Amino acid sequence: MHRKLLLVACLVLLPSLGFAADEEYGYPIPGAYEATIIGTPTSLMPRFPAKMHTKELVLDIFPEREKPPVFFYDEGLHCTFAYQKHKAPLVFIIAGSGSNDRADKLSTMMKAFYQQGFHVIALPSPSHANFIVSASASRVPGDLTEDAADLYRVMEAAWQDVRDDVEVSSFNLCGYSLGGTEAAFVAKLDDERKLFNFRKVLMINPSVSLYTSSQRIEALLKRLPGGPLKEGVFFNRMLSKFSQFYQLGNFVAINDQFLYAIYQSKLFSPQETAGLIGLSFRLNLAGMIFASDVMTNGGYVVPKNRVLEPNEPLADYFMVCTHLSYLQYFDEYFYPYMKRQRPQLTRDALVRLESLTSIEGYLKSTDKFGVMANRNDFLMSPEELSYLQRLFGERAKVYPTGGHLGNLEYKDNLAYMVGFFR
Amino acid sequence: MITVAVNRANRLFLSLLVAGLLAGCATVKPSALPEVPPRHTLAEFTGVDQQFAYVYDPWVRFNRSMYNFNYYFDKYLFLPVVHGYEFVTPVFVQHGVSNFYNNIGEVRTLTNALLQLKGKDTAVTLGRFLTNSTLGLGGLFDPATKFGLQRRYEDFGQTLGYWGAGSGPYLVLPVFGPSSARDAGGLAIDSGITYGLWTVADPFSNSDDDFTISAGITTLEAIDARHQQSFSYYDSGYPFEYYVVRFLYHEKRELDVNKPTSPAAAAQGEPAIMP
Repeated sequence: MHRKLLLVACLVLLPSLGFAADEEYGYPIPGAYEATIIGTPTSLMPRFPAKMHTKELVLDIFPEREKPPVFFYDEGLHCTFAYQKHKAPLVFIIAGSGSNDRADKLSTMMKAFYQQGFHVIALPSPSHANFIVSASASRVPGDLTEDAADLYRVMEAAWQDVRDDVEVSSFNLCGYSLGGTEAAFVAKLDDERKLFNFRKVLMINPSVSLYTSSQRIEALLKRLPGGPLKEGVFFNRMLSKFSQFYQLGNFVAINDQFLYAIYQSKLFSPQETAGLIGLSFRLNLAGMIFASDVMTNGGYVVPKNRVLEPNEPLADYFMVCTHLSYLQYFDEYFYPYMKRQRPQLTRDALVRLESLTSIEGYLKSTDKFGVMANRNDFLMSPEELSYLQRLFGERAKVYPTGGHLGNLEYKDNLAYMVGFFR
Repeated sequence: MITVAVNRANRLFLSLLVAGLLAGCATVKPSALPEVPPRHTLAEFTGVDQQFAYVYDPWVRFNRSMYNFNYYFDKYLFLPVVHGYEFVTPVFVQHGVSNFYNNIGEVRTLTNALLQLKGKDTAVTLGRFLTNSTLGLGGLFDPATKFGLQRRYEDFGQTLGYWGAGSGPYLVLPVFGPSSARDAGGLAIDSGITYGLWTVADPFSNSDDDFTISAGITTLEAIDARHQQSFSYYDSGYPFEYYVVRFLYHEKRELDVNKPTSPAAAAQGEPAIMP
């Protein structure tokens, strides 16, 4: 009898012991670069309802604006609205650098919030071409204060568009990566304008300083053989590795399983993985530079006064834009633009301006903020992380792994994210 | 009803096509102000680095026009029709329709797997076709996948590639979208084979409305094909989308053509991620 009891006790206890170990943090990919590329395996995401009431919003922010022929397909700013049929809190989500409102990570967040009874409005990043063409007043992205004003204008327009169809109990704000930093500046603006009176604001893997984050992105490419200018050579070599692996490995399709097999076989070294991440940032940057240059007739990569037609080949511009760095954008394009507005502005002052430290007073004055960060996020220095922890105390949730946004779709992270707004 | 709409659609399509072709020939309008060279030009990087995402594309102007034409065609005709179909048709019927056409498509995979001497793929595809045509009630259901017979895909473009034909220049086809000189030829052959088999089988020969029924079936096939395809032109909003799509299409086809002859029957569904 006693023995039997003991056995039962063991059976009951064993799983809980195992559980205790899991409770640490169950996100499976320890490496920062690998996590950033692979993200979260589907089996570790929550299950979402198949049906969601959504509406695509196309906002005409500047009705007077004439769009260049090469952007003929841009008919207004795209946002996605997911709505409940009853009174509910609303969350605005700002996408990360270079993403639009239909980015995978954004859709997952949207589903997670929707499942727990929130209305959601997903907004593209001010660094996305659609935003630059249709919703940026200056058409030059990068200044947190100006971009926040643009975002605020978009939120107002989106809210005007849907306010008759839904009942909202409170407004909330959330953003990831660059969008996280922007969320803080939008909240500050709302504190003056008082239109939404955001109840809570969550920043996920935000950049503390846009300039140091840019330096860190460029550092990913610096270690390429031959330096960042050889990114084409690098990409082509990675591509042939990838193809060979696929051909030799009995795969039926390029899917989750194939990508995970690449990870397990360590096909790419950490350095190469970092290079691929740097490259994907460069691809986003290329779209941003091109869109801004065309919209301002800035003569940076497109000849000044040239009108690009809808069927114009753009390969040469693609090549040029992908070879420009964030720091070049800052020094050659963004800083001169800011200096034209404010002739006294020094470069150092601008660097300080584009960071959370510049609105530290405001961030300290309110307890509506929360932050989610990863200890191995390579776009943030340890000093910056402890700065956030000092600033937000218990409202700073720090995960041991996940890289940059890799664990965003992990079920625990999504649960914490949604729980924050309860 | 559908047929009438299709006839009207055909006319609209033709006029759009002509407009698209003309747009392709339009010249660059001179700007009022003189051009000033930009700060960064290609000269800075040529010789320093290789192009990435490079695909041989000598017909780029035509292709870009056709890409834009497809955008308009989707926007004003194809997608509204597809969305109407999705709105009025219950989801289980949509699945049935997709299964039905995918089952007919097995004939294309079967012929081309045979032509590439791929024994296992031929056997699996034949098994799928027989299972789904009988147990799956004429292809409306897909029990074969549940039995572990994963769907394969082969077409004549891949067959040509298998026997050594290169892809040739990139080519954007009207309505069909991204393709290549080789794959466009392959598509023509595959359509010919399917049409030939229809003619031989002639399932509606004793009906007076033979032509109407065939037209209806073809139209529904086109609607279903678009319904199964989630890609949408310029949806990404990325200014260089054309180049990214071109590259992804080309690479995907290269991988398809060069894949090993008998892949293990790995599951395509939920992968076992955790080690």
